[in-house]
Amino acid sequence: MSGHKMIFSGLKVWTKGRSRPAWISRFHDGMNGRGKASFSTCSPKVCIVGSGPAAFYTAQSLIKARQDVEVDLYERLPVPFGLVRFGVAPDHPEVKNVINTFTQTAKHPRCSFYGNVNVGKDVSVKELQQAYHAVVLSYGAEGNRSMGVPGEDLAGVYSAKDFVGWYNGLPSCRELSPDLSCETAVILGQGNVALDVARVLLSPIDILKKTDITQPALEALAESQVRRVLVVGRRGPMQVACTIKELREMVNLPNTRPDMVAADFEGVTEALKDLPRPRKRLTELMLKTAVEVPGEKEKRNKASRFWGLRFFRSPIEILADPDTNRTAGIRLGVNKLEGSGEGARAVLTGEVEDVTCGLVISSIGYKSIPIDPSVPFDSRKAIVPNNMGRIEQAAGLYCSGWLKTGPTGVIATTMNNSFDTARSMVEDMDSGTLDVSTARTGSQSICALLGKRGVKPVTFSDWEKIDIVEMRRGEATGKPREKLLTVEEMLQVARKNN
Amino acid sequence: MALVTALRRLAHVRLREYSWRTAAVTSSAGAWLTGQRSFTTGTHSLRSDNKVTVHFINRDGEKITAKGSPGDSLLDIVINEDLDFDGFGACEGTLACSTCHLIFDEDVYKTLGPVTDEEMDMLDLAYGLTDTSRLGCQICLTRSLEGLVARVPESVADIRQSKDGSS
Repeated sequence: MSGHKMIFSGLKVWTKGRSRPAWISRFHDGMNGRGKASFSTCSPKVCIVGSGPAAFYTAQSLIKARQDVEVDLYERLPVPFGLVRFGVAPDHPEVKNVINTFTQTAKHPRCSFYGNVNVGKDVSVKELQQAYHAVVLSYGAEGNRSMGVPGEDLAGVYSAKDFVGWYNGLPSCRELSPDLSCETAVILGQGNVALDVARVLLSPIDILKKTDITQPALEALAESQVRRVLVVGRRGPMQVACTIKELREMVNLPNTRPDMVAADFEGVTEALKDLPRPRKRLTELMLKTAVEVPGEKEKRNKASRFWGLRFFRSPIEILADPDTNRTAGIRLGVNKLEGSGEGARAVLTGEVEDVTCGLVISSIGYKSIPIDPSVPFDSRKAIVPNNMGRIEQAAGLYCSGWLKTGPTGVIATTMNNSFDTARSMVEDMDSGTLDVSTARTGSQSICALLGKRGVKPVTFSDWEKIDIVEMRRGEATGKPREKLLTVEEMLQVARKNN
Repeated sequence: MALVTALRRLAHVRLREYSWRTAAVTSSAGAWLTGQRSFTTGTHSLRSDNKVTVHFINRDGEKITAKGSPGDSLLDIVINEDLDFDGFGACEGTLACSTCHLIFDEDVYKTLGPVTDEEMDMLDLAYGLTDTSRLGCQICLTRSLEGLVARVPESVADIRQSKDGSS
């Protein structure tokens, strides 16, 4: 670790007063440093709203495709990386390696990061459009779909988005403090987020304590009484939305035993042979887990925790304990499938089933929300209507990531769709559809505007101060990082003079 | 930790520039040495650099030839040689994504060794998955792979765009 410290002290020398190492900022100053405006005539200025994977992959692609383009990222929080920081599970540090590439992009001479700027409140999209040749909306999907059933506001019911935000240190979810004193938790939805939540609920604490999970979450999970997690889906095994990696992690979770209903898999074996490879391997793993050979089961019998997938069930009502008015169970409607394959529909049969549980986490999808009335928004699909990233009927406006496609896919999906958006924009610049011939003021005028409104952006070198503090705090407890949990604390560290 | 790795990467880039320069110098020295050796022993001079040559077909169909040391993964070669494949190796070889997906001819594929479940799991999420797909981070160079050809698959977007001629 001392080696790391040495690198950091080296960094401090480099970054004195600027966000970049000296050898990069030399370049930077020559091109567009302090005298930004005087050089602005020929460089297309693009700003991106958001700083998650979609924002960074769009920026990376733009910077690479055109040697003259300048890209500014505006982020609401003082810290960058969006769902890589606040969504990716703490026990998936490998996925967070993408941060290294994002950091390289952020430190590029033609890229700047402005955190702590709430687009839609501190500055409008219209104002950004006046200052930049193009605006890319990449702010993701921060809302969540609601179940729309009675009782969903009861104590003990949480959205997966908030629950994940809580264990990952999202400032707005800090106060969630979920009650984990019950034995059974029901998760609605069978996507990767649902399995992340199930895994975090059941993981041995010795595994979690070596991750960057927040300290309050770690303490709450250490005291958790949850022993059994049911992951419930409307449709059948052939329609689950999770990917095989996450399922295999559940199967291999130490001290935990799968508990499936073999009857749910009737007819599945016969259907296997016609499936494309990914769906086939996923289904085979589920099947193998459900009808595990007895010997294997014995081996796991010592396990004190259980998890299981439950199929063909829709939430009907969250049931309250009449004395405490807290969640005491959930009424599930039994479904039958109409049609088959990916497009099969779940239809209620009228039969219901009650499950006793003290915790219900709804993980039925994230949802983008509009941030500015001037931007077209399809509220039914909860996306911005677009053609290859070009926002319809809004010249100079683009989108990428979940706002563009809806909230599905792994990081590679977002990478590709962000590259697409960048490609569309470069095409438009080349063809003249996007006029970049007249100079724009870019961050200069926006920062002046923000200054007048009392908003002080956080730069990337400010973020690096936060980063260092978080890693130092983590070192003390054997974690890769101990996240700062409030915006105030983040700003305090960011504004500290070296 | 992430920043440390990033810094290491930056340092690596600088080192790479440096070693590129020194390589230019040493290669002439090397040539001189091998010249000497071949004079006395008559062995092939190319052998002495102990590198394995591989070829990549990039998304535009161009063939790119690169060399790596035995034990290097194909992803290592792409990084070390600074080959320009957009988005390649996002998780840095930790089996957490499928962006280093490569496609091989069947006879080559058979020589690449066994595939773990975990690699198959990530491959299942790759665009343009084929029966002879592998992840570049999981294939380590050996002498016997000399001359191997690996194709970088098109992203789904490229396919969609070429189908839809209007855009």
